[in-house]
Amino acid sequence: MKVGLFVPCYINQFYPKVAIATLELLEKLGLEVGYPLNQTCCGQPMANSGYEHLTGSTNELFTQNFAGYDYIVSPSGSCTLHIKDHLHSDKVPAEAKNIRSNIYELTEFLTDIMKVDSIKASFPYRVGVHQSCHGQRGLKLAQMTELTAPAFSKPEQLLKMVDGIELVPLTRADECCGFGGTFCVAEEAVSVKMGKDRVADHIKNNAEYITAADMSCLMHMEGILKRQKSPVKVVHIAEILNAAMV
Amino acid sequence: MSTVKDHAELAQVFNNDEKRVDWHDETLWFVRAKRDRASHGIPDWELLRETASQIKHNVLSNMHNYLVQFEDKALANGVKVHWAANAAEHNAIVLSILKEKGIDRMVKSKSMLTEECHLNDFLQDNGVEVIDSDLGERIVQLAKEPPSHIVLPCIHKKKEEIGDIFHEHLGTAAGESDPQILTETARQHLREVFLTRRAALTGVNFAIAETGEFVVCTNEGNADMGAHLADVHIASMGFEKLIPQRKHLSVFLRLLTRSATGQPITTYSSHFKKPRPGQQMHIIIVDNGRSIQLGREDFRNSLKCIRCGACMNTCPVYRRSGGHSYHTAVAGPIGSILAPNLDMKKYSDLPFASTLCGSCSNVCPVKIDIHDQLYKWRQVIVKNGYSTKTKTAMMKGMTLALSSPAIFNFSGKAGRLALKFIPFAVNNGLNPWYKQRDMPAPPEGSFTDWYKKNRKGEKS
Repeated sequence: MKVGLFVPCYINQFYPKVAIATLELLEKLGLEVGYPLNQTCCGQPMANSGYEHLTGSTNELFTQNFAGYDYIVSPSGSCTLHIKDHLHSDKVPAEAKNIRSNIYELTEFLTDIMKVDSIKASFPYRVGVHQSCHGQRGLKLAQMTELTAPAFSKPEQLLKMVDGIELVPLTRADECCGFGGTFCVAEEAVSVKMGKDRVADHIKNNAEYITAADMSCLMHMEGILKRQKSPVKVVHIAEILNAAMV
Repeated sequence: MSTVKDHAELAQVFNNDEKRVDWHDETLWFVRAKRDRASHGIPDWELLRETASQIKHNVLSNMHNYLVQFEDKALANGVKVHWAANAAEHNAIVLSILKEKGIDRMVKSKSMLTEECHLNDFLQDNGVEVIDSDLGERIVQLAKEPPSHIVLPCIHKKKEEIGDIFHEHLGTAAGESDPQILTETARQHLREVFLTRRAALTGVNFAIAETGEFVVCTNEGNADMGAHLADVHIASMGFEKLIPQRKHLSVFLRLLTRSATGQPITTYSSHFKKPRPGQQMHIIIVDNGRSIQLGREDFRNSLKCIRCGACMNTCPVYRRSGGHSYHTAVAGPIGSILAPNLDMKKYSDLPFASTLCGSCSNVCPVKIDIHDQLYKWRQVIVKNGYSTKTKTAMMKGMTLALSSPAIFNFSGKAGRLALKFIPFAVNNGLNPWYKQRDMPAPPEGSFTDWYKKNRKGEKS
């Protein structure tokens, strides 16, 4: 099984440790993981701003980079969803279609494809799980509180296999953090207020760490935590699942 | 650019008072939580939503036939039916009905359509006094403000502020803010209005093609009080209010108030079919852009809306920006997909007033794909040239950098904090990111650098 690792642009540049954890996790499962060096971005920042018509070249580049892999895995629900919904190629439409159906966000790849049922990792802290909207409502990584339907959560299913971890319940289980791509600067006031409220929910419920399957939400919340000089930290779920045993 | 403030600017003003934002957010979240309890109590809730969505789908696909059927039945019931192509025609029809009867004072129950048509201002300019009889609407009317929410028009006002308005206009004691006393005052005031007005206008929640009747849902009974006491009853409806048959009400009435407020059903779900002896009953069927929306394939489903307001209550942006920041009659997520159809330039900001979190689509009782439509409106708005030149230039720059691995990797090396192509990462004093947030500390190298060194054996 050939797996292509797709690392979102901002993770590549700002959070390499998240990509390293993702790569190591996949390698531990005995997978052959390729990392196309020419990858840049999924094109979502343009598309969500109303410029999807400008994403032709990033689409072609993406398709070129990831054609030929059995699966494409990414530590981001949001970027994965964008590719799933919007990747098109005029040059090789069949390849783009393949990628759309074979791209997986990391946690769903672990639960649904690899059927992971045990994880050798230890993270002895109180952790609040932030459900990023595109992962949850877009990729259906977890049940949504709006619906009358049975509960499940792929990220939590994995986290519960981690030694010593204590998941803290939140008052609002799946409210948006307010990052929203360019929304975070275009609607700065509301974006920050949403982030402050989300962070406050985790703090109120005694979380030491906030985790998520999307680093963009965490980057936004980390920015607020740091400005508030809070001791609470953010950590990507891949880092927890890849944490060494103690 | 126009001098009119957009959503982001108005929301920023709203956020100057954080305590008030917290109060607004909590108040509406309370309503969302009630909605959750009510809907989770119905095992078939998701099936009900799907059924309602399909019924409306049928209506939208057969609009012409249902409208003709509804008109025939209504005429046979002795109701006068009027057709209004736009807001101006609607308002003119109302005025002509009143003039014919020599009426210059009217009572009106809640109708978002009349807000959309700015009927009150029009009638006032033409010498007709209108009093809104829904308590929330009456409060904002006295405050000379538009409603901030389609179901809870004065949700942005605290009881102390309502006390001040009542003190000024209805003679309550200064500083009186007891809800019981204020409500009783409004009740006595409105009772006099109901008894003396010869014309009453109501909205329409559901118009039944099969029977020609219409159903008006209120919790206060104010539509009934107005209509039953008046010589003339005018009912204004957007044409999308149609449902094919009476039995379909069993689906919609179960959904409407559970979604809106968490109640099992509205206190009053009143059926109006024919005028009582001596009374005139008019129905005004309004288009005002709806035909155009019906013709927009991507946005057609927005006409399924039954105006429950659930998308507003759940919207994390609405709760923290207030209804008035949407500067349109229908605020929130649904308003943001309806308004650009009416005036794309004026409302070009609204589809961007969202994180596309998708909670709105999940609570919608008729399953409108609201957040997908917000995304699609963004594309339409940009293509029609209603974006700023700066934004377009920035997006083109980003596209260029992200299309070229060489530029991408170079920009990365040149300094990770100067990633010019990621809008939230531009490190200068003008970037709103830094106003209340920090950026991550720059790592020593990118993942690509690490990978080359650790997996490809390259020397850094």
